[in-house]
Amino acid sequence: MIEIAGLNKTYQTPSGRVHALKNIDLSIKRGEIFGIIGFSGAGKSTLIRCLNRLEEPDSGTIRIAGREITRLDPAGLREARKKIGMIFQHFNLFESRTVFGNVAFPLEVAGHSKPEIARRVAEILELVGLGDKAHAYPAQLSGGQKQRVGIARALANDPEVLLSDEATSSLDPSTTASILDLLRDINRKLRLTIVLITHEMEVVRHLCARAAVIEAGAIVEAGPLLELASRPQKEITRLFFNPRRSECQAGLETEEATIG
Amino acid sequence: MADDLLPLLTTGLGETLYMVILSTAASLLLGLPLGVALVVTEPGHLLPAPRLNKVLGTLVNVTRSFPTIILIVVLLPLSRLLVGTTLGATAAVVPLSIGSAPFLARIIESSLKEIDRGKIEAGLAVGATPLQIVRKVMIPESLASLTLGITMAIIMIIGFTATAGAIGAGGLGSLAVRFGYQRYRTDVMLATLVVLVLLVQGVQWVGNVIARRINRNRHKFG
Repeated sequence: MIEIAGLNKTYQTPSGRVHALKNIDLSIKRGEIFGIIGFSGAGKSTLIRCLNRLEEPDSGTIRIAGREITRLDPAGLREARKKIGMIFQHFNLFESRTVFGNVAFPLEVAGHSKPEIARRVAEILELVGLGDKAHAYPAQLSGGQKQRVGIARALANDPEVLLSDEATSSLDPSTTASILDLLRDINRKLRLTIVLITHEMEVVRHLCARAAVIEAGAIVEAGPLLELASRPQKEITRLFFNPRRSECQAGLETEEATIG
Repeated sequence: MADDLLPLLTTGLGETLYMVILSTAASLLLGLPLGVALVVTEPGHLLPAPRLNKVLGTLVNVTRSFPTIILIVVLLPLSRLLVGTTLGATAAVVPLSIGSAPFLARIIESSLKEIDRGKIEAGLAVGATPLQIVRKVMIPESLASLTLGITMAIIMIIGFTATAGAIGAGGLGSLAVRFGYQRYRTDVMLATLVVLVLLVQGVQWVGNVIARRINRNRHKFG
């Protein structure tokens, strides 16, 4: 479904060149929920943003549903993006539009008729559990409701893939759980492939059958969750996946080491 | 109070309103696309074009450096070309529009730059064209701020017309100079000032009300 090969991305910063992504190879299957986990600054956000080319990679190829994303011209890219939904950490809703208007936006962009839009928006709002909030403005919603609108907007054009860029990182734990349930729900109902990036192990554990660990711009390990947890090859993977030596414990140990 | 005061004031106010409305409309026509262009041609924005951005920015700065009165004089030949005369309210609209368009462009630019980049990316992510993002995201999202900016520009144009009035454009400015100043008609001078103050207050009030209504609609509960 998604094939990433030899992907590289560098940034020019005042203090020199930063290699944000180094030779990334990944393969994601149709219908799965694939997690990419890493600490902040590891390059995971850059990676997911390359998938719909909100960031332009320097080299390498990305194929999604048979289409070579990295070779598309601007018009081709716009067409491809209609089939790649994306949700964001800070929701990025349009404050000038109601919930209805936000979900209608991708449909307006795609040139659907008004009755068609009304029908489709009602259907998706029902799916995400916001059937009664169509006329509310984002400012009137809770964080969890906002992300539901974000998800509804991303699903409006019936995409093949959903990219989730830290979608639950600014939500509290119980809201996070309900959003994760919703994501699993739509993955099953719509047979939708989901790629998510996160720094929270809980998210990966809750949703993903397979995952990859990213560190300093490179994929250090990828595979089924069970394998990563039972036979981690790298220290960072152990840090994320081995419950006996959690991120928190590791932090405590280093702290003790410095004190002692 | 002299008998001629009221007719003088109504004629003056009529000419001023005529100039302000036409100049605002024309400078919006020039300034809005210019302001949008200043934003979207920036590096990393919708249609990055660093060189064009620099050219437009310089053009705006140069026009804005001209003292009002010099700009009017410089643009008089253009007025003759476009409206056939260099005298009167209609002739003044040409330099007034061209003089205020760059100011308006900068105001629109700063309003549009307040928009969170994430919203623009959300638009891009669903496959919107740059024009769709400008029309359906950038302008609606910054509408309250744009309204206040345009209000500011209208008030500047009112001041601008007074200057133009001093060199033959008519309107309240010309009334103040020709009667109030040159003929020592203190009553005309004072009345003109009162009308100008009321006009500016009124415009600001209307602008504030519209901006507040836009914001309230977005935050209304229920």
